[in-house]
Amino acid sequence: MKTVEEIKSAIEAVLPGAGVEIVSNLSPSGQHSLRLKPECALAVAKFLRDDAELKLDYLSNATGVDWPESLEAVYHLYSVEKKHGPVILRMKTANRTDQVELPSLTPIWRSAEFQEREIFDLYGIVFTGHPDLRRLLMWEGFKDHPMRRDYREPDDFEYEPTAHDEVLKRSTEHQAAVAGQPGSEAGA
Amino acid sequence: MKVAEELLNPKLEGWNRPALADPGDEGELLEVAMGPHHPSTHGVFRMDVALDGERVVRLRPVFGYLHRNHEKIAEGISYLASMPYTDRLDYICPITNNWAYALAVEKLTGQEVPERAEYLRVILGELTRFQNHASSIGFLTQEMGALGTPLMYAFREREKILDLFEELTGARMMVNYMRFGGCRVDASAAWLDRTRKVVAGLAGFVDEFERLLATNEILMARTQGVGVLRADLAINAGVTGPMLRASGVNYDIRKVDGYGIYNRFNFRVPLGDHGDVYDRFMIRLLEMRESIVILQQALKEIPGGPVMSSTAKIRGFRPKPGEAYGRIEAPKGELGFYLISNGGPNPYRYRVRPPSLINLTILEDMCLGHDVADVVLIFGSVDIVLGEVDR
Amino acid sequence: MAVDEGLKIELGKQGVFVTTIEELYNWGRRNSIWPMQFGLACCAIEMIATTMARYDLARFGAEVFRPSPRQADLMIVSGTVTKKMAPQVVRLYNQMAEPKYVIAMGACAISGGPFKQGYNVLKGIDRYIPVDVHIPGCPPRPEALIQAFMTLQKKIDGQPLTGEGRPRFLDAAQQGEFPVPVFGEHDLEPASNKGVWPLPMVKQGIGNSKS
Repeated sequence: MKTVEEIKSAIEAVLPGAGVEIVSNLSPSGQHSLRLKPECALAVAKFLRDDAELKLDYLSNATGVDWPESLEAVYHLYSVEKKHGPVILRMKTANRTDQVELPSLTPIWRSAEFQEREIFDLYGIVFTGHPDLRRLLMWEGFKDHPMRRDYREPDDFEYEPTAHDEVLKRSTEHQAAVAGQPGSEAGA
Repeated sequence: MKVAEELLNPKLEGWNRPALADPGDEGELLEVAMGPHHPSTHGVFRMDVALDGERVVRLRPVFGYLHRNHEKIAEGISYLASMPYTDRLDYICPITNNWAYALAVEKLTGQEVPERAEYLRVILGELTRFQNHASSIGFLTQEMGALGTPLMYAFREREKILDLFEELTGARMMVNYMRFGGCRVDASAAWLDRTRKVVAGLAGFVDEFERLLATNEILMARTQGVGVLRADLAINAGVTGPMLRASGVNYDIRKVDGYGIYNRFNFRVPLGDHGDVYDRFMIRLLEMRESIVILQQALKEIPGGPVMSSTAKIRGFRPKPGEAYGRIEAPKGELGFYLISNGGPNPYRYRVRPPSLINLTILEDMCLGHDVADVVLIFGSVDIVLGEVDR
Repeated sequence: MAVDEGLKIELGKQGVFVTTIEELYNWGRRNSIWPMQFGLACCAIEMIATTMARYDLARFGAEVFRPSPRQADLMIVSGTVTKKMAPQVVRLYNQMAEPKYVIAMGACAISGGPFKQGYNVLKGIDRYIPVDVHIPGCPPRPEALIQAFMTLQKKIDGQPLTGEGRPRFLDAAQQGEFPVPVFGEHDLEPASNKGVWPLPMVKQGIGNSKS
């Protein structure tokens, strides 16, 4: 299979101006990835799937990552016909608060359908062009995006036998808040 | 860059289901919620089925009833502490879950595994595959109305295999056996002998199963031609495992990636012709036979030596910043773990690539036009486990 | 009024069988508890293994596992109850006819288990419905489930039919149906059922508490 640099040049030969960058991976796994610009992602994805030498027809894994400045979607591609892989694609959103749209790759690979719904559910990335973008794992009225690092869990630990550190602090605050309400038990 | 017109609003590839909202027909359709409490949904899973008489017109799966936040918990604990949680993903096959996670961490940290440990991994992995396929066939025939008899036969063999697991690892189900760089505990010669005896009996069990079920009239009438999955749709939808091979696609990660020492063993990969429920059932039966072949070879060739290298990084280590994706051929499909490390003792991002969830992508496509009774069989032939779907 | 044991045995040798209505009633009920087919997660596989040929549960009276709650006596909550599933569990419990019992099988059903830190995990099914027997384990062995079954049978055996300690279904003042939680924006509402889950009288923070 081609190396990441060869794939990048193959993409840029067909789609000049695609703006693909190589993100190198310092761990011993040696799995480097390609960062795509959201505007050109669909075109690059179609090329990668249909090119005669690469034939990356199988999207194995689509996942979201929460970085301090932005959110990211990572895709792992393999080829069933040529039996090679993985080719890793990444797309970053502009920020974490209001500009969280990315193009959906579901039109190219159907296997992204549920996985992109899960990324939307847990991280909040909105995939434009997805045919049915709803929450996958949490219930419909749920408001937060739980896998984000700044998610605050609900206060449902009324009974914590060995509370310490962070949990002790939150538990104390919770008990103080609950103690002022009518109907709560007095001894806890 | 300038994007071609047809890419701005691309046609959905691999989509052969009707529009998601059918205006005007709603008044005549019967909406049935199959699940989350249902005798045949293999756990807490819900399918919202819209029926025109008995025929399925629309099927929408609903997930999340067993979403146990494995990935979020893993971000707060060390790499080793996540190993017992991987047991609980696909809870019928804990060994292969452990193996996939150990493989991913070994890729992340660049560790080698000693030979004896590789052989033990293969032996336990193939025993797991055997009992998973036997249970899957048992559950499928139960949903067909066989009222549990094949399931009892399958569980009889499963108990023999679980006894072996318990003797080696201390637990019947949640074994927590693999470590990064090897296995937790070495197998004694007595255990290997007992395993050889059990494996010698497995071939007779598969023969009995096949003789009773494979040419059974009711089974053939109910499963042939039902739930056909085309090969190109299967590849595009990310389907893996016995479901993909039943549609005729030759893709077995044991042969493609050759992880561990699988390229030392001589085994075949059965492929199906039609991609219907009967093919999936037969593929699982044939894969049980191939597992026995691999087990016999592995049990003959297993060398001596340590099961953990002395420089293995098991606990308290901080991998260099980077990422790794490791995958294996689990009994249900491709099970992969994607780990991102930022140099700390806990993973920064821990992702499980669940074969069961992704195999369900085309559930609606397979069920359209069939009767509601066939939905139960088609769903059973996908062979999912909710712990993996929802994590 | 109980019958003297020695007299019972003597009469039994003569072919005369003496008992109280209470014993007969409880004997009939405890030997035919039909569980509901209600497996949630990994513990369900051990529950299925308990009903299979090796650890046969049917010989204790659990002859069939009924899928419908209307026909079942016992709900074995086997596996993690998530917040998304909790309203359905309570609804199923409400639909069961009295007398009904609950066994919380496994660590997850008792208190959330290994997944206790999860945002979607209900930390114990006894927040919403009353539980009769708890089985620790992850998953508990089939023998442990059989022992829990026998414990439940002993509990049913000892229940008086009239008077103070009579069970819930013979007491018109007690409720058999419990409020079903609804999905809120961040959590289930309410977080627990008062009366079923009282806040325990334990000072929180044993050991290094600085409060």
